[in-house]
Amino acid sequence: MVLVLLGITFVSSAAVGFVYRVTEEPIEQAKQANVKSALAEVLPAFDESVSQELVLDELALTVHTATQQGQTVGYAVETATKNGFSGLIRMMVGFDAEGNVLNVKVLEHNETPGLGSKMADEGNPLLTSFQGKNPASMKLSVRKDGGEVDALTAATISSRAYVDAVARAYNAYLQASGNEGTDVTTGATGQHAQQEGESYE
Amino acid sequence: MNKLRLIWKGLIKENPTFVLLLGMCPTLGTTTSAMNGMGMGLATMAVLILSNIVISCVKNIIPDKVRIPSFIVIIASFVTVVQLCMQAYVPELYKTLGVFIPLIVVNCIILGRAEAFASKNGPLDSALDGLGIGLGFTLSLTVIGAVREMLGSGAIFGHRFITGDGMLIFVLAPGAFIVLGYLMVLFNKLTAKQRQ
Repeated sequence: MVLVLLGITFVSSAAVGFVYRVTEEPIEQAKQANVKSALAEVLPAFDESVSQELVLDELALTVHTATQQGQTVGYAVETATKNGFSGLIRMMVGFDAEGNVLNVKVLEHNETPGLGSKMADEGNPLLTSFQGKNPASMKLSVRKDGGEVDALTAATISSRAYVDAVARAYNAYLQASGNEGTDVTTGATGQHAQQEGESYE
Repeated sequence: MNKLRLIWKGLIKENPTFVLLLGMCPTLGTTTSAMNGMGMGLATMAVLILSNIVISCVKNIIPDKVRIPSFIVIIASFVTVVQLCMQAYVPELYKTLGVFIPLIVVNCIILGRAEAFASKNGPLDSALDGLGIGLGFTLSLTVIGAVREMLGSGAIFGHRFITGDGMLIFVLAPGAFIVLGYLMVLFNKLTAKQRQ
């Protein structure tokens, strides 16, 4: 009896191990392709990019510095926030060399379909409030909290999380580029952030 | 003829969603759009057919007492295999289905079929049973997903046919229960004669 169960688990784990070996490379490639297409969407044309890992507030961020013929043309920051309505939100934020937001792409989220999920849509109010602006020159919170960012209708938590992720990306950009500037903080991020035991001020 | 009936049975008489009421958790959770429903159905069908075949092959060497743990190990391995394959070859679908794929392990349909059918029948019949039940599950999920997508976002398989928002409630959790309930009524009404 025990032997049969042992045999089954042995054969099963061997099979899973085999499939893992086979799919390891395609999975890695799919992830890379994902990052690459996101980079192309948030940055101007570039011919080389160097990535660098940073840790801000216990979350790992990756900064890609893009150069065109040796000239830095922009930075793309893979950022994340835990303040979403459900689960981690991962985004890619593109900055030009001066720190203006070029474009934002949501890589991964589990927000409510039809409400918070609109953060990933083209031309949504969150995206348009950031595009072409420097986060340091803005009041970084949604209008409801007295800031300058247009929130998604009926999705304030998701909107606040979005702002939080962009602010984090900007701070990572400052660190990576060595540009002058002070770290930005988001305004009142509301109850949800406090529940998570994080403070921003 | 008999073989055909095996498949047909899973679609109508023993439709897992509308008649057996098995696997309700993924049914309610993943059917926010027709595409997601179909993806979940197909992933479940793949696991169901594979696990049915293997369980039917090894049924004679498994002692009765460790039957359930053995089935679970076999099913879990296939789920992991399917998950890895999806991650590698259809990353877009994997992204939307995400957490529901590992949950196929505890989907009662699969363990139910292993226990009720595969452990008593030959590999070929078990494969056909898996195919039938799997198709029934896929079809049901696609229909529920399509109705929810049409009412909730005004689209079908991602193609929008209205501008503006749909009735949001159908994309959210309550809509899943409402649509499932009405479709169940409709299904049972339509097939009432056939099932007698």
